[in-house]
Amino acid sequence: MTFFLAKRLFALLITLLVASLVIFLLLEILPGDPASIILGIGAQEDTLSALRTEMGLDLSAPERYFRWISGILSGDFGRSYTYDTPVSSLILERLSLSLPLALLAITLSTFLAIPLGVFAAANHKRIADTGIMGFAQLGVAIPNFWFAILLILFFSVKLGWFSAGGFAGWEMGLAAALKSLTLPAIALALPQAAILARVTRSAVLETVREDFVRTARAKGLSRNAVLWKHAVRNALIPVVTILGLQLSFLLAGTIIIENVFYLPGLGRLLFQAIAQRDLVVVKNIVILLAATVVTVNFLVDMFYVALDPRLRGGSA
Amino acid sequence: MNESRLSEFWQNSLQHRSFVIGLILSFMMLFTGLLSLFWTPFPVELLDIPHKLESASAKHWLGTDHFGRDVFSMLMVGAWNSMLVSVFAIGFGAGIGVPLGALAAAKRGWVEETVMRFNDFAFAFPALLTAVMLSAVYGPGTLNSVLAIGIFNIPVFARITRGSALSVYKREFILAARTAGKGEVRIAVEHILPNIGSVLIVQITIQFALGILAEAGLSYLGLGTQPPMPSWGKMLSEAQTMMFFAPQLAILPGLAIVFTVLGLNLLGDGLRDILDPRLSRVR
Repeated sequence: MTFFLAKRLFALLITLLVASLVIFLLLEILPGDPASIILGIGAQEDTLSALRTEMGLDLSAPERYFRWISGILSGDFGRSYTYDTPVSSLILERLSLSLPLALLAITLSTFLAIPLGVFAAANHKRIADTGIMGFAQLGVAIPNFWFAILLILFFSVKLGWFSAGGFAGWEMGLAAALKSLTLPAIALALPQAAILARVTRSAVLETVREDFVRTARAKGLSRNAVLWKHAVRNALIPVVTILGLQLSFLLAGTIIIENVFYLPGLGRLLFQAIAQRDLVVVKNIVILLAATVVTVNFLVDMFYVALDPRLRGGSA
Repeated sequence: MNESRLSEFWQNSLQHRSFVIGLILSFMMLFTGLLSLFWTPFPVELLDIPHKLESASAKHWLGTDHFGRDVFSMLMVGAWNSMLVSVFAIGFGAGIGVPLGALAAAKRGWVEETVMRFNDFAFAFPALLTAVMLSAVYGPGTLNSVLAIGIFNIPVFARITRGSALSVYKREFILAARTAGKGEVRIAVEHILPNIGSVLIVQITIQFALGILAEAGLSYLGLGTQPPMPSWGKMLSEAQTMMFFAPQLAILPGLAIVFTVLGLNLLGDGLRDILDPRLSRVR
C-alpha cells in the first residue's frame, strides 16, 4: 500500500509539473512578448520596457519559470496588471463566492440524485424508473447556461422570487446571499444530478445482482433493508468516483454560470482577465484550477483503492 | 459488415425506441445544417432594423432578432457551425487518442504508463480552460473551440481504446496472428480496431453530443465562433440582454441545442444496446 501510494503521489507531482510547464509555455513563451499582449499594439516603448522589468521578463525563461513556481509555493502569485493588486488576494476574495457556490451545487445534486437513482433502481422497469430516467436524459442534454437563463426568466422576471444576477456580498447576511446563489447553484447542479442519478441507478442495479445481496435476502432481511444497508452502500463506490470526476465539469460550469448571473467569483475574474489580457491572472487561475482537478482525481483514486483492495494490484 | 449482418442490424435497430427517436432527431439536425449551405429563408447577414424583434409570422417563421435578422435562418446556419466544430474536434481527439490507447495496450510497460500519465495531465484541462488560455493569447475564434474540445477528447478516447483493446489482445486469434508473422501495426489495424469498433462508435456519438454542448458554452462566452457568423451559444448570450421584452429569443436556440444533444445521446444509448448487448444488461 505504501509503495502504491508513493507511486501515485509521484505521478501526481509529475502531472502538476508538466501542467505548469505547458501553461508557462503557452502563456509566457509562445506569445513572444507578454508585455505587448497586455498593453496592446499602440503601447509606447518605455511603458513596455517598464512592464517587462516589473514582470521580470528580462530574466531568462527558466529563471522566470522557477520564480513563478517558487512564488506559488510561498503563496505569492504575482501582481495583477489591471487591478494592481496581488493576484493571491484577488483569488481569495473571489473564492469566497465560488467555493460556497460549488459546494451548494454539489450538495444539491448529491441529495437530489442519489435518492432518485436508488428509487429508480428499486422500481426497475416500472413507470417511476422510466420517468426519472427520462428526466435524467433531458437533464444531460440541457446546457447549464440555458437552464440558468430559463430559471431567470421564470423565477426572477416572472415571479420575482430571486435576483436575476449580481451578488451584494456576505456582509448583507446569509438570506441575501442565498437569494443570489440559489438559482446559479440549481443551474450548476442540474446536469451533474442527471448524470449522478443515472450512475447511481446502474450501480445499484449492478450490486443487487451480487451474491451477498441474495444471501442477505435469504437470511431474512426485508427488501428495503437489503437495498439501503447492502446494495446502496456498495454501489456508492462508483458513485463517489463519478462525483470526483464531475469536479472538472463543475469548475468549467462555474466559469459559465458566474457569467450568466454576473457573480463576482473566480470564473468571472478569469473571464474578465482574458478580456483585459491580464496574463498574470489567467496563468495563476488556470494552474490553480488544473491543480485542483488533478488533486481531486488523485484523492478519488486513493478513496477507491482504500475501499476496494483488489485495485492495488501486485503492489499491495 | 456483410449484407445479412447489416440487414439484421437494421431489423434490431428499428425495434429500439431510443435509437429510432435519436436517429430521427440527429438526421433532422444534420439535414437542417446541410440545407443551410444551399438555402436559408433569408441571408443570415441581412440586417433589417425596421423589422427588428418581430414575432413569428408567415414571412419570418420564428420571428426576427434585435437586428431584424431571420431567427430560423440563423438557427439553420448555427446547426451547421455547431456540428462542424464538433466533427473536427472529435475527429482530432479520436485521431490522436485512439492510436495512443492502442499503442498503450500493444506495448504495455513504460509506454502504457507514459500514455496513462499523459491522460491524467490532459484531463486536468477541461475544454473551457484550454479555450481560455488559447483566447488569452491568440484571441477568440472557431479554431480555439476545435482545439480546446479536441484536446479534452484525447484522453477520453485513449482510455476507452486501451481498456477495450487490452481484452482483445488476450484472445487466441491475436496469438494466431502473431504466430502467422503479422506485425504489431497490422494486428492493430486488422484485428484490434474492428473488434473495438462498436465501442468507439458509441463513444464518438456521446462525445459528439458533449462537443455540441461545449461549443455552445464557448460561443456563449464569446470564446468560440465569432459574429457575424451565427452560433447557438452566441444567439443565447445576445438574447439574455433582451429577456424582458423578447424572451422567445432566449428559448429557441436553447431548444435547438437540447434537441440535437438529446438526439445524439439517444442514438448513442441505442447503438450501445444494439452493438454490445452485454453493456446494456442493467439498462
